Parts: sequence; C-alpha cells; structure tokens
Amino acid sequence: MSSIAVATIINDDKVEFLCQPDETLLDILRNRLGLMGTKEGCGTGDCGACSTIMDGRVVCSCLVLGAEAQGRTIETIEGMANGSKLHPLQRKFIEHAALQCGICTPGFLMAAKALLEVNPNPTETQIRFWLAGNLCRCTGYDKIVRAVQDAAAEIRGETT
Amino acid sequence: MSFDATNSSKSFKSVGTRPLRPDGVDKVTGRARYGADFNMPGQLVARVLRSKHAHAKIKSIDTSRAETVKGVKAVVTAADLPDLTDGDPALFAVLDNCMARNKAMYDGHAIAAVAAIDEKAAKAALKLIAVDYEILPHVTDVDAATLPDAPVLNEAIFTQGVEPKSTRPSNIANRTEFGHGDVDVGFSHADSVVERSYKTEQTHQGYIEPHACVANCNPDGTAELWVCTQGHFVYRQVCADLLGIEVSKLRVTSSEIGGGFGGKTHVWTEPVALALSRKANRPVKLVMSRDEVFRASGPTSATSIDVKIGANKDGIITAATATLRYTSGPYADMWAELGAMTSFACYDLENVKTVGLEVIVNRPKVAAYRAPSAPMAAFAVESAIDELAQKIGMNPVDFRIQNVASEGTQSSYGPIYGPIGIGPTLEAAKAHPHMSAPLGKNQGRGMACGFWFNFGGQTCTDLNISADGTVTIAVGTVDVGGSRASLSLIAAEELGLSYDNIKAVVADTSTLGYNDMTDGSRGTFSTSMATISAARNAIEIMRHRAALMWDIPLGDVYWEDGHAHAAGTKHGNLAPLSVKDIAAEAGKTGGPIAGHSELVADGAGVSFATHICDIDVDPETGSSRVVRYTVIQDAGKAVHPSYVEGQYQGGAAQGIGWALNEEYIYGEDGRLQNPGFLDYRIPVCSDLPMIDTQILEIPNPKHPYGVRGVGETSIVPPLAAIANAVSNAVGVRMTHIPVSPPRILAALTDAKD
Repeated sequence: MSSIAVATIINDDKVEFLCQPDETLLDILRNRLGLMGTKEGCGTGDCGACSTIMDGRVVCSCLVLGAEAQGRTIETIEGMANGSKLHPLQRKFIEHAALQCGICTPGFLMAAKALLEVNPNPTETQIRFWLAGNLCRCTGYDKIVRAVQDAAAEIRGETT
Repeated sequence: MSFDATNSSKSFKSVGTRPLRPDGVDKVTGRARYGADFNMPGQLVARVLRSKHAHAKIKSIDTSRAETVKGVKAVVTAADLPDLTDGDPALFAVLDNCMARNKAMYDGHAIAAVAAIDEKAAKAALKLIAVDYEILPHVTDVDAATLPDAPVLNEAIFTQGVEPKSTRPSNIANRTEFGHGDVDVGFSHADSVVERSYKTEQTHQGYIEPHACVANCNPDGTAELWVCTQGHFVYRQVCADLLGIEVSKLRVTSSEIGGGFGGKTHVWTEPVALALSRKANRPVKLVMSRDEVFRASGPTSATSIDVKIGANKDGIITAATATLRYTSGPYADMWAELGAMTSFACYDLENVKTVGLEVIVNRPKVAAYRAPSAPMAAFAVESAIDELAQKIGMNPVDFRIQNVASEGTQSSYGPIYGPIGIGPTLEAAKAHPHMSAPLGKNQGRGMACGFWFNFGGQTCTDLNISADGTVTIAVGTVDVGGSRASLSLIAAEELGLSYDNIKAVVADTSTLGYNDMTDGSRGTFSTSMATISAARNAIEIMRHRAALMWDIPLGDVYWEDGHAHAAGTKHGNLAPLSVKDIAAEAGKTGGPIAGHSELVADGAGVSFATHICDIDVDPETGSSRVVRYTVIQDAGKAVHPSYVEGQYQGGAAQGIGWALNEEYIYGEDGRLQNPGFLDYRIPVCSDLPMIDTQILEIPNPKHPYGVRGVGETSIVPPLAAIANAVSNAVGVRMTHIPVSPPRILAALTDAKD
C-alpha cells in the first residue's frame, strides 16, 4: 500500500507525515513523531489513555486514523505546558497527588482541559461523567476530581 | 555496621509532610518513560501466537512458511527455550507459561512468537504458523474441577499435603491446614451457628499499561532488558535462569510502571523477547495487546469457600472453620494457602481450623493481586460474621469488637501478634459519623474488616553525598505509587536535610545489589529501613570527616539536625558543620562520602483495616451504586499521607469493582468471552463517590520510624463490606461475588417466590 501524505498542526507546530491507510493517529504520534506522552492502554477506545484534543474535541487517538488528521489541529500532552510553566491542571494533579503510576495522567489531563474549556465551573457530577471515558486503576478518582475542581477554581480566579 | 531497627518513637520534621513527588513533572508532561516508550536502534517488533483452545495437545508446529515472510527475522517456539529449570517446579511453570511445551493449557497460552521489522510483517507471519492440535476436554470452574468426573489436567500433579500420600493424579494440587484448639468442642458450646458457601469470580489487576519490554541479546553473551516490572532483580534472575545467561551479564532496567498491583511481579513474555533477540541478533520490542493482557496474564483466583462460625449468647465466637478452594490456573501454587492463612486473622479465636485446596483449571496462570487471596477469604468470613451478629442480635461492629484480635493473641495462622491496629480501626469505625448517618430508601450499610501480612525481604540502598551537599539515594524497589517521595522524606529526616536536597532514583540491576520486588507492601517499609541504615552509615563517615576537619577526637563529635557538632566547650566555640560544609572538603578528608546498606528487612508489622460502605440498590433492575465509602486503616506511621490515602482509596476502588462488576466470563468452549475493558468493566469516575479515609498510626515496633506497609490491605474488606451492604439493602444474603445486577435481581426474584 502506498503512503498518504498528511499535513496537520500539532501543539501549534506545522507537522507533515506519511502514513499507511490503516495507521492510527496514536501510531503516528508514538511511532512516527516521537510524541510518546500519549499512551496506549487498550487500542479499542475503552481506556482513554490515548486521549488527545482534535479541533477542540477530546478523541481517543487509537480510534482516529492518521489520514483523518489532515488539516486538523491536534493538542497532545507535550503541548500542554507553556514552556516551563505548567498548566494549572498539571500543577494541581501533582499538588493533589492525583496520580500514582501516572500512565493514565496524560489522557486525564487532555480530557480535563477540554472540559474546562467548555465548562469552566463544572459540578463534581459533571466532572465525573466527563472523565468517565478515562480509566484510572490506582487512585479511585477521588484526588483526580479534587485536582480538577481546584484547577477550575484557580483558572476562574477564585484562588491565589 | 550493625543496624538497630527498633522504633524510637521520635518526633518528625519531614516524615508526615506532603511535599510534591519528584517524578510529578515528568508524569504530567508526558516525559516519563514507561515500558512501551523505549526504543533501540535496529529494533524488531515481536508478536505472539496464542492458543484458541482451552486445553489441547500440541502435536506439531510448522513455522517454515512464517519464516519466509519478508521482514521476518526470527520465529521461536518452546524448542528455542530448552528446559534449564533443573526440576524447579515454580521456574518450570514460568517457562511453560511463557511458551507452551506439550499442551496448551488455556485460551491465550503462548504457542510461538515472531520478530519482524514491523508489526504488519509479524502479524502476517503469525497467520502462517501451522499448529496441529489434539483438542482435549477442559474444565474452567473451580468446583467442577474438583469433581470425580472432571478431566485431569496435569498427570504429574498429585495432591500434596494429604495422608496417606495420593496415588492418583488430581486437579487438587495441594491441601494446607491452619488453626488451633478443637473446633468440634467449640461448636458444641455455640448457641448460634452460621454455615454457608460462597463463591467469587476471577478478576484481573487491570493495570492500564500492558506488559512491555525491549530485549537485547548481544553475541558476546551479555544482554539487556528494559521492562515494566515490579521487580527487575527478580526478572533478571528468572530470565537468566531460563535463557542460560550468567546473572551478572543480564542488565535489567525497570521503566516507569503503569500499574502492577501484583500482576507485574511475574515473568510473562520477557524470556520470549530475549529468545527472539538471541535468535535474530537484534533488539526486540514486545508489547502485549489488551486482549493478551486479559487472556494470558494476571488474573486472581476464582474461589469457592465454605464457612462455619458459632457463637454463644454472650457474643463470643466459640469455633470457626473454613474450607477454601482457589483456582491457580494450570500450575500448582500457594493461593489457597494464603486464603487459609488470612481468613480469620482479625479475630481472637479459641478454636479455629482452615483448609486450603489449590485447584488446577484451564485458565491463565494466577498471579498476585494486591493482598493476594485475602479479599475472597475475607468476603466469606466477614459475610458469615455479619449474619451471625444479626442472628444473635448484636450490632456487627460490637460483635467484631467483642472477638477482635489484639497484642498477645495467637493468630489463626500461627504467630502471636505484637501491637496491632484491628481493634483501633473498629473503635474508629464505631465512632465515625458515617456509621450513624441516616440511610435512604433502598439503601443498605455494610462493614467489614481486612488483614494482610506485609512482607520485608532483601533490600539494598546506596546513599551518595554530592560535593554540594545534596544527596542521591539509589534504591532497588520499583516506585509503583510515590515511593521516591516517601523515601526522600525518610532520607531527609535521618540526615536532617530538606526534602528538596534529596533525589531518589530506582537503580538498574547492574548498579545496585539485589532487591526483592515491590510486593507485599514492602517498598516503603523495607527500603526506608535500608535508607535509614545507609543514612546512619553516611552520618558516621561525616562525623569522622568533621573530627578530621576540626582535628578533635571522634568521640567529641555528635550529629544533630543535619550538622556535626563539637561536644562541650573544651574545643572552643566551633561552629557546627553542615553536610554541605563537610561535603565541600570531602576530597581532602578521605574522598567521596556515601552510605550503603544491605539488609533483610524483618518485622514487617501486620496490617488491618475496617471499611464502611453505603449502597443504593434499584430493586427494579438490580443495579447498585456506592453512595458513601469510608476506609480506616493502620499505617504504622504515614510517611507521605497523601500517598497513603491514595493507597487506601485505590485499593477500595479496586475492591468495589471486584465486588460489583468485574469477572472473567468463560464460554462452554472454555474461551474467555470478555478480554477487553468494554466487557470487563472496571470502575470509572462516574461510578464512584469520594472515598473518605482515616489514617491510624499504631507504630510498628520493628521499624525505626514505626512504618508498616500500607499498599494492599485496602482491597481486602470491600468485597465483604459491599456484599453486607447489598444484603442489608435488599434483605437477602448475597453469597456470590460480583454482586452484579443480574445476581441481585435473581436474589430478589428468588426471595419473592
């Protein structure tokens, strides 16, 4: 099979790559572009470890074909911090001990970022349902929810 | 230098605080490298061919067509992994499990493997491997496997632990027995008796990171292995033994680990990756798919447990017995034995007897899962305890307190307890606001206790003082959930330095002495002991150096608050020397300063917890929901309380999943029907409430800071706490875990009929 040329924007950079028709965006990110912060937990869209943001929407990148990224804007965990300045969600995840092993963390951060962009003041229930597509086996989610609540409050300017 | 591990009941400056974890930034920015995040030049991709039969003789394997696929560099079968196990049955089980030798013993058993330049070529080659199977009768159910007409799965297994010795092969691999007193006499004194049978289904640890490794065998006889594991030293030993490599020539580096919970204490595919690399003479990367993770790694035992407990009218338990059947997959192991040991550990019993039966079935080789075997035994026992309390008209908390084990109690599995926390956790539960909060309609409250032994084991730590006075500690226990933070706190505490001055790293197998793995809740317990010992050794050296710098006798130098002090006034008014001061002069006073420690960490204090759970059941559908959950557990001393809470919450969440949803479902054909996260449903964020925690600190007398392991016990009570809550909500005793909606609905329907 011949390769397909794809032009896209990833983390504000113009990125072009060649891919096979059956390669997923996850394969492209990890194997062709070296963006290994996006994790594969299942390959079937059930765990959310590969969550990225495509044109403002959270997607499981294992369910997106590389070729579908043509002309799209993609955000991955590698682009979340502003230089050395962590995004409030990243900082709050560390402060609240919202990660143990950390394999699910990039996916959670992507999903939570997308949530706060559409709903800056979510209730606990809204957070829990928005994040229900991301599996964490270590934390029981308690500290993750609290980290998201705290980051949201900070972004809203309610905490110092 | 001798090391005194006795608890000194000191007050703490660093221990007990909540600083940011040192690996936090790496993990929130995607920089942390897990098993699948590592590549080597020239690396091949490996894929494994797995049996689709539950039980089949492998008559022949023809790999010739697979080998001709363009891009394929090596194909291996069991023939490429000759048996070097020298009669060691546990090692042979690992070998046979990683590549089936004569028979496929379960759906998912590895048959052959391919290394190729890319995944496409590897997958194409797998399809061309021709295996001639002779299908054999199978059995996957724990009870069915023990019946006289069950197919005998392994002709070489004769029941161990029975007199007279067994003369016929059996699916019951061994029988173990624990207890004391005379249970017949005890039951004759009982006014009330509860006798019931319980079942639990097989679950998976469900770590989000699939097993992954990169193996590199060099023609000079050396080899490297990058792998996600809970114990790289153990992986090194096992892989070296199976591949015939000298242990020191195999360097194993543990990646960041994306969850293990016991499942990454066992070697699965790593010998296969090494064998492929050896044959292809190139590095080989092998990553399991999620389907493979479910079918061929990890699960815990399915169980069938009979419990009988009697009590007199004063609420004293007069006798207790349990017979526990645990599946172990195709190979003999000790899962039922652990269940038999833990079942009645929370109680002070005059007459107790437990029997463990290890059952061979056509399911994957059972692996440790967080306090392995204890949750199922606790489910059965704590259910019966609750029912007995109801029967004699006592509150379940008071009934447990009445019979609770305490210091000096002879445990049901043998040892006499030192200071333990089960009584205090029960008293805390009794006093907890959760216990008296009102319940809504269709809601029930349950509680349960849990026990885990905790382990210590072989441990080695290096502590190096840098020229600027900052410190690195190289530890050999893999960090599964924040131990680099807790160990840095320990080093800071002992040296009198700031947490920020300490950097903890997990060293590879070639740069540090042997360490047992991170299991048995031993990571922080044992490595903190070695770290304290190493720090004390470094302090001793720094006292010497200070004495040299001051030119005063060593006996006049003492260490306090991170500084060397000159005793008294006879040497004038010498300003104390900091670690930084001493380190700066190290080159002139004897060279680099380091402390080392190699020890066997004895005295892992046993661990107890009590959980309280409220559950809401929809009587129309059988659907249920945990609405409130409280964990109360003894930590000995919580080194980093945030990560102790995290262990409590995480274990509880896993237990909730096990209790309500998770189960391996096998078809009539013996094949696993739900090998994926869609159909094997672990709790998601919207399933759970916040999980409240209460940390008790009953110091472990055999650890300098009083630390006990905290990682595992939290998964022990939830099965029973939830079953008790559901039983109280629906008014029917639930005896089969998971109490999934169909089981609740069936119980409600049965009760109506």
